[in-house]
Amino acid sequence: MESSIAEMKELAIKIRLETIKEIASLGFGHIGGSMSICETLAVLYGGELRHDPKRPDWEERDRLIVSKGHSGPAVYAALALCGYFPLEMLQTLNRPGTRLPSHCDRLLTPGIDMTTGSLGQGLSVGIGVSLANRIDKRDSYTYVIVGDGELQEGQNWEAIMTASQMQLNRLILFCDNNGVQMNGRTKDINDLSNLPERLSAFGWFVQSVNGNDIEQVLFAVRAAKKENKRPCAVVLNTVKGYGCQYALSQKICHSLPMTQENVQADIARLENELYGIRKG
Amino acid sequence: MSFSVVYDSSLDQELMRDHFMNTLTDLMDHDSRIVAGDADMNITLCSYDKLWGLREKYGDRFFDTGIQEANLVGMAAGLSLGGKIPFIHAFSQFITRRAYDQIYLSLAYAGLNARLIGSDPGYTAGYNGGTHTSLEDIGIMRCTPNVTIFDVTDGVMLESIMRDTLEVKGVIYIRMPRKLKMAKVYGENSKFEIGKANLLREGTDVTLVASGIMVAKALAAAEKLAEEGIDAQVVDVVTIKPLDEQCILDCAKKTHAIVSCENHREVNGQASAIADILARSGIPAAYASVGIGERFGEVGPMDYLEKTYGLTIDDICKRTREVIAKKPKEKRDFYE
Repeated sequence: MESSIAEMKELAIKIRLETIKEIASLGFGHIGGSMSICETLAVLYGGELRHDPKRPDWEERDRLIVSKGHSGPAVYAALALCGYFPLEMLQTLNRPGTRLPSHCDRLLTPGIDMTTGSLGQGLSVGIGVSLANRIDKRDSYTYVIVGDGELQEGQNWEAIMTASQMQLNRLILFCDNNGVQMNGRTKDINDLSNLPERLSAFGWFVQSVNGNDIEQVLFAVRAAKKENKRPCAVVLNTVKGYGCQYALSQKICHSLPMTQENVQADIARLENELYGIRKG
Repeated sequence: MSFSVVYDSSLDQELMRDHFMNTLTDLMDHDSRIVAGDADMNITLCSYDKLWGLREKYGDRFFDTGIQEANLVGMAAGLSLGGKIPFIHAFSQFITRRAYDQIYLSLAYAGLNARLIGSDPGYTAGYNGGTHTSLEDIGIMRCTPNVTIFDVTDGVMLESIMRDTLEVKGVIYIRMPRKLKMAKVYGENSKFEIGKANLLREGTDVTLVASGIMVAKALAAAEKLAEEGIDAQVVDVVTIKPLDEQCILDCAKKTHAIVSCENHREVNGQASAIADILARSGIPAAYASVGIGERFGEVGPMDYLEKTYGLTIDDICKRTREVIAKKPKEKRDFYE
């Protein structure tokens, strides 16, 4: 599916809107880190990710491993909008017997490539997938999304070393650098500043972009695909809770109680934006 | 599944690590799904020249993360996602204790496939000492769904389970003494079934239920006990998880006395697993265990450690005499 930038922008709004409605229907959830990656998901599911909702097990597909598994709600919204399952299913988030659990589960949700939730494990899995593709001479890409707080887990740095040693150039890592973790600002807890320099020092091709800007994310992905030796990292400088005024108005928005009333204004604004786009 | 017993106290011709490496490379030559991963420990399984020759031959299929067990397990999960069957190796304490959350989430919970080879379990850690001794790996792995546990009895079993379980889904954990020539227990071409214990020797007075390196010792103990007029039968559990519950119950009904023999801490090991089955069954049976108690490992030669931990043939005989003395006096007809 090839989309224009305008279509990707529209998709990002839709993902954000559906995610807010999904979490509000339950009354609480991981809103902050879901909001910050909506543009990245729109770039991937809007065209850069090779996939087919009719064939979730297609061997030649690109894989997306959302290592920060708590961003599941945003990924579910993107998958529903692509047609992996009906949009109404989003209302089952975290309800008894659901196929949409709090953290991503490959055995439950069509389109979810890997089970995640215990932070720090997804990049190693991404290396394994990328290596399997290289062994079998598939040209598929493997995308991994990690949070900046998540990079405090040491396993990531094991994986960052190994991906570089193995020259896995078809591995593309997004670091959601939103600067906030559960207990506060990452820089006050265990600082991850100079992230691009750190990754470069480990031998990666690194780009640092505004992660809430569709064009910047898109161009970074396309540049990463031109790299033929090094693994690629895109540091997404984002705002946790971006695009949800209710979340942004809270001191910390990693996980929030969130009623329909709380987000009524956000929903109305995003629906207006969509209406404006459609009207042209 | 069919098996034959050839036990006569003689030793295998090959070291276990040679069985492992030869089988692994043979499988790799014939099945492109198979990949081998390691965390800077292949050198403990083969020579430097062989190791680098294999890396040259197999390329990405024979990889080394360096000293990174967590990353190695995560990579195995990714390789499984990509359609591969990874065999990954490290000393048993590192591949289980060190990387447990990765085994739990990225492999077992995610429903992926991998074979984890844990070398030098229990007292076979020898001169690497207490820091390198895994007395709890079975306990760690036993409490995790989607995990099968083998403690290999001899080279025939090791080769068979490596070859015959390729289509089995999930995590298979294989405990393997690395630098031993194990006693020969099984005849060539013996086959093994997950969850199916093997009755190796019939007897009426007591059942010695053993795993791994303890199986040959249990057979030797049964011979010694026979000289004293004690008729012991011997069972190899084959898989500690799933444990063959029916076999344990049949043994309890038949002999009303069971001795568990394992190269591991009793708590959460095979001893606990058998006690669970017996306690739930209500079948009257005296029970004892030859295993390691509440302690850490220590350094030394294997024969010293075997004695220190209480895992010798004499220890099995001693426990057996004790358990026979405790046997229920009256058999209850309804259990017969």
